[in-house]
This record gives sequence, structure tokens and C-alpha cells, in this order.
Amino acid sequence: MLTCKQTARLVSMSYDKRLSWRERLGVRLHLLACDACRNFTRQMRFLREATQRFAREQPETDNRVRLAPEAIERIARVLERHGQGTG
Amino acid sequence: MNESSTPHRQLSDPETWLAQHGDALYRYAYFRLRDRAQAEDLVQETLIAALQARQGFAGRSSERTWLIGILKNKLVDYLRKSVRERPLAELAGTESEIDALFDANDDDHWKKPPADWANPTQALEQKQFWKIFIECIEALPVRQAQAFSLCELEGLEGEEACKVLGIATTNLWVMMHRARLRLRECLEAHWFGQGAR
Repeated sequence: MLTCKQTARLVSMSYDKRLSWRERLGVRLHLLACDACRNFTRQMRFLREATQRFAREQPETDNRVRLAPEAIERIARVLERHGQGTG
Repeated sequence: MNESSTPHRQLSDPETWLAQHGDALYRYAYFRLRDRAQAEDLVQETLIAALQARQGFAGRSSERTWLIGILKNKLVDYLRKSVRERPLAELAGTESEIDALFDANDDDHWKKPPADWANPTQALEQKQFWKIFIECIEALPVRQAQAFSLCELEGLEGEEACKVLGIATTNLWVMMHRARLRLRECLEAHWFGQGAR
């Protein structure tokens, strides 16, 4: 029987690679008997769903994070130089 | 410029890009790198590359999406380079950090068992949840956050992400596992705490 530590690792890993049938079976048997790891498994599923939604929709991260005025000025100058050649 | 051949979307005047998209590009880069100077450089490089590539814009996506696409490539290139110069220092303690969450004297059971997050998907519709979600990702150690961003946000395959990060796959799994455990803990403490049964 797998321990909680082993099970958690395999559940997490299943998002990065395909588990062997042996590993999958071990996880399934453990989950039958363990509420905590069942919760963990659901949480990982939710985490993946949330992350994919985040990646897809790019909800605004902190709006206070902005380019500094000096950076804007600097970038504008560089762009101007580049624009002259092509525009 | 050849305007008649693009029936789809058109690009706006490049001179307005910085004002229109600068902050959004910066936020995107900063969130994934957590380094202000580097994020600024990437915005600059992205806009220069966009300037040079604008004839090839096919109008299939919005201007913003097109620019983000260019930024993504720059970001992966930048990570690849930065990792070569400064290898992953955070890997060392990661295994023992994971071990510490389980009770070695009691068959490696969870010390603090994960709770039942009743109806978690409701959270996805709530603005406040995303604020906490972002804060939890920002609370990750830099390298874990970068690995997590590459694999989960940019959708790189494990092998590709390993090449970028310059680590072995087993190490990537450990890092991803640790990042997920942290995120889980953070969300449970700051969001699902009240609702947990």
C-alpha cells in the first residue's frame, strides 16, 4: 500500500507525465481508503482548471503593476530609433 | 504598407503600441519573471520585434494577442539564458521541504490533511478569488514560479521546460510538486478556509 506522501507525489506527477498502470493502480487503491488524499486529488484537479482558465483569459493581474515613467521614456526612444529605419 | 490584402484585423499605428499595450505586456512579463528590469527589457524587445514583423501580421488575432505571442517567445529565450548563467539554487532543500509535510513517525500521513473544498469551481467566477490566486503564485519562490509558469501557463511540455530550465526531468517533477503543494496550502488558508468542512 502506498503512503500518503507517495500518493501525493504520484497524483501531482500525473499532471507532468503519464503514470504506469502499476502507479495508477497504487494511487486508486490508496484513494479508496484515504479521505485526505482524495481531497488532495480533487484540489489538484481544481488547481489545473484554475490555472488553465488563468492562462486562457489572462485576468488582469495587479493593476498597480505598471511600467515606470522612466522605462516608458527609454523604450519610446529606442522604438523611435527603430521606427525610423522601417517606417 | 499593403492595406488591401488584410481583410481581417489591422494593426494600429506602432507609435501607439507602447501606450496601449505597454502596461499589459509588462504585467505579463513581470508576473512570470518577478524582475522589474528584465520585464522592462522584454517589453522593449517585444515591441522592437513587433515593429520588424508587422508586415507579417495576418490579422487572425487581436493586436494584443499578437504582441503577447511575441513576448512569450522572448520570455522563454530569456529564461533559458538566465538559467544558464545562474543555475537552480532552490532545488537543494525542496525534497526535505516536501518530507516535512508528512509524518515520518506515522506512516507518512499528512501532518495537516487537505480539506474538502466544497464546490471549488464557484470560485472561478469571483474576482476576489483571482486576486488570491495571483498572490499565491507570487508567493512561490522565484524558480518554482518560473517552472510553474512555463509548464502550466505557457503550456511547455515537461521535456521542453527542462531544457529551458536546465534541469533533469525528475527535478522538474519535484519542483512542480512542491509548487502545487504550496499553492494548495495557500489557497486553502486564504480562500477555502472558511468553507472547509
